[in-house]
Amino acid sequence: MKSSDGYEIYVHIPFCVRKCDYCDFVSFACGADVHKMYFDALLRQTDETAETVGRVPVVSVFIGGGTPTVPDARYIEAVLCKLKEKFDVSPDAEITIEANPNSASVEKLKVYRDAGVNRLSIGLQSSEDSELKMLSRLHNYEEFLETYRDAREAGFDNINIDIMSAIPGQTIESYRRTLERVVELNPEHISAYSLIVEEGTPFYERYKDGKGLPDEDTEREMYYLTKQLLHEHGYERYEISNYSKPGRECRHNLGYWTRVPYLGFGIAAASFDGEKRYQAHSDLKRFCDGDFSAETETLSETDAMAEFMFLGLRLVRGISKADFKKAFGRDIDEVYGEQLNKLAEEGLLVNDERVMLTDKGMDVANYCMSEFV
Amino acid sequence: MNQDHIRNFCIIAHIDHGKSTLADRIIEMTGLLTSREMQAQVLDNMDLERERGITIKAQAVRTVYKAKNGEEYIFNLIDTPGHVDFNYEVSRSLAACDGAILVVDAAQGIEAQTLANVYLALDHDLDVFPVINKIDLPSAEPEKVINEIEDIIGIEAQDAPLISAKNGINIDQVLEAIVEKVPAPTGDANAPLQALIFDSLYDSYKGVIAFVRIKNGTVKKGVPIKMMATGATAEVVEVGYFGAGQFIPCDELSAGMVGYITASIKNVRDTAVGDTITNAENPCAEPLPGYKKVQSMVYCGVYPADGAKYPDLRDALEKLQLNDASLFYEPETSIALGFGFRCGFLGLLHLEIIQERLEREYNLDLVTTAPGVIYKVHKTNGEMIELTNPTNLPDPSQIEYMEEPIVNAEIMVSKDYVGSIMELCQQRRGRYVSMEYMEETRALIKYELPLNEIIYDFFDALKSRSRGYASFDYELKGYEKAEMVKLDILINREEVDALSFIVHKDSAYERGRRMCEKLKDEIPRHLFEIPIQAAVGGKVIARETVKAMRKDVLAKCYGGDISRKKKLLEKQKEGKKRMRQVGNVEIPQSAFMSVLKLDEE
Repeated sequence: MKSSDGYEIYVHIPFCVRKCDYCDFVSFACGADVHKMYFDALLRQTDETAETVGRVPVVSVFIGGGTPTVPDARYIEAVLCKLKEKFDVSPDAEITIEANPNSASVEKLKVYRDAGVNRLSIGLQSSEDSELKMLSRLHNYEEFLETYRDAREAGFDNINIDIMSAIPGQTIESYRRTLERVVELNPEHISAYSLIVEEGTPFYERYKDGKGLPDEDTEREMYYLTKQLLHEHGYERYEISNYSKPGRECRHNLGYWTRVPYLGFGIAAASFDGEKRYQAHSDLKRFCDGDFSAETETLSETDAMAEFMFLGLRLVRGISKADFKKAFGRDIDEVYGEQLNKLAEEGLLVNDERVMLTDKGMDVANYCMSEFV
Repeated sequence: MNQDHIRNFCIIAHIDHGKSTLADRIIEMTGLLTSREMQAQVLDNMDLERERGITIKAQAVRTVYKAKNGEEYIFNLIDTPGHVDFNYEVSRSLAACDGAILVVDAAQGIEAQTLANVYLALDHDLDVFPVINKIDLPSAEPEKVINEIEDIIGIEAQDAPLISAKNGINIDQVLEAIVEKVPAPTGDANAPLQALIFDSLYDSYKGVIAFVRIKNGTVKKGVPIKMMATGATAEVVEVGYFGAGQFIPCDELSAGMVGYITASIKNVRDTAVGDTITNAENPCAEPLPGYKKVQSMVYCGVYPADGAKYPDLRDALEKLQLNDASLFYEPETSIALGFGFRCGFLGLLHLEIIQERLEREYNLDLVTTAPGVIYKVHKTNGEMIELTNPTNLPDPSQIEYMEEPIVNAEIMVSKDYVGSIMELCQQRRGRYVSMEYMEETRALIKYELPLNEIIYDFFDALKSRSRGYASFDYELKGYEKAEMVKLDILINREEVDALSFIVHKDSAYERGRRMCEKLKDEIPRHLFEIPIQAAVGGKVIARETVKAMRKDVLAKCYGGDISRKKKLLEKQKEGKKRMRQVGNVEIPQSAFMSVLKLDEE
């Protein structure tokens, strides 16, 4: 991998108490013995990677899953300790961990905090217990509130709450209640996703024909409501599904959308060195046995430019033409002039010094983005 | 060999009654092939035919049989295509024979197609004798079938061999019956040459190989020949007879014999089926009767899914035509589909076979337009045009009247389904002719039906209404005046030429409505609302709307999904590229095809 100004680090923790029916992330319900083997392997992988890439600067760490709060908190502590030992982790690096209510006790939260975790992302999804049940989540709203208060008490001053729209059985009214309850808690960041029925999940079998899901018009109404209601409470949308208080954008995720290189650790984790993308295998046993191999995809310049566009256009601020030129040495209008004009004519995109999708363009972002691949 | 010891015959049967299997057994039991050399079904050598269980190209086999009287006989078994689309080819094959074996399934009894073929054979003065097949089936009722044959067809059947072709039971009786019941040919070997072409195929080394029955005279290498109908002339390079799947050259073919002639002929159209070959220097006085120019009955547009493949499609059609003189094609252009061909076929089955061969053997992705028939358009200025492409229909103000082709249709069905079959024929603008009960439980229904009503999905409808038991046969009767209109489809107010078709004015609304419904499901949502309209003469008669797309976005895309999301976007773009652009609407190819299948509701 080539070095750069700074890397991001993603650590995948593939453990859950039970996998939710809509989830397509790589995750398993395992016992403590497997946890131990996995974290041992993670530490070895960190050593090996550091040997290859050297002591590179690190600007952010994201510990995701699965549910990273399921295994013993000391494992997380050990991982962070190892990362700091092997890499030049910046003192003001954003270090996030994902948490689910029920598995994140106040004790655990304090361990994370002391280990240097400074941002917490809590999966709530809905404040309606019936909807949580529908999603096969293991917590109710009350338990979430407890976790949220515990987090504040443990000293977390940068918290994200994940919520979800277009849940089977959800109505505009019930969704509005979730939004209102969430803003009342005043988190720094809110990720508001529209449910994606992914192939290979139990939800896919249940809902692949779309029956039982809120219809397209309702789904869009929920999406517009999110933007409007959160705006009224001081949150701005900065990406298709992400909202924050000013200055509280998730720096780690911004890195993905602006093609900052990142190192992935653990099974199924992806890495990017600026030129190649790597996708680790998702075989838990092989990983514990020390197989840290990954599939490599070398990006052509065309691929790289396409990524620049479709990732950058997820952001409300879009991309800058000057950045494009700096990255590829070519004028964007020379490469994508025709596409930019077409989309601008259709009212889907603003074609200025910065290129960004309009609200209407965001609704049909795939349509717009596919022009650039 | 003396003509007394030649037997030229064919086997006639309904599909699945066991014609090919019996042919296999005959070949096996006469001295030509060992069992080891046998292909499963010797006569059907095309994959496609085998899958469909039908025989497309007529072929012939010569075998040598040592009869119980100790004498050797030459058997020329001529295979006949078993489908109504190929009726003319069947008639020419029959004309090459002196007798026919009628195979009837002991469980199924006589079907419409059996009757049609028997009558065709009797028309050609063939001696027909029956055999009852599949007697080992539990449901076999040979006595009933024997009576049925005698009652319905009126031929002697009491001593018909009771056989199982599949299990080789009583095949020897069939062989003896061939010697006894098929008359020997009676031509004059010294008369001027008269050879009937009953099939031909193109071989890249030998050129055209004409399959012939020598009625009179003799032909050998070096003889100058003339095809009497097409006027083509050539010099014979080789003559021979048919082994199983191979050509075996011989010195000469003389009256009564069946074999082949090659003469460095480049085009199968020069050796039209039914034409007479004579000696160019010593011609016969008259050609053999019955020659007809093959006429395409069904037309449709055939386009490459990928416009760049147009030259490939042209080459493929050229090659297919080398072997299939009944395939017609000419270039045409569509606004929606680009460059393609208007192709003519003997019938819908022929169309499907060609389409499948293009896709399978030539690896082409095709878009075909709705099949139509030839309409005669009489213009006010007295001119008459034969219309094969709906878009060429003149302005209504220039049309005096139109005529459509009508067929005589025969449908045989058990009496439980008579009502629903008649209802179907009525719906398809049929004119009732007659109905007779062949026996207590089965009826033969005769209707006159417009050809354009049956090329569509008539056969499927027939089968579904009779639980698969109806059988169906038709022949062209002639043209009749009809009130036909052109139905246009407008997508986002633009007429899509490839979707236009000619329809009777009374069916226009129904067809238009169903087209719109179908298209609504096929056309993906766009950024704007898309009206789909069916119109006749500029007047909209049906309408559906494809709602505007409101959402096309992936909620999540983080470090782990970037490659996957990129592939998704690429797929989306690829899908768009494969669509046809009409105005500002992208129409998937499946939309053009789906309207061909407006199922019965």
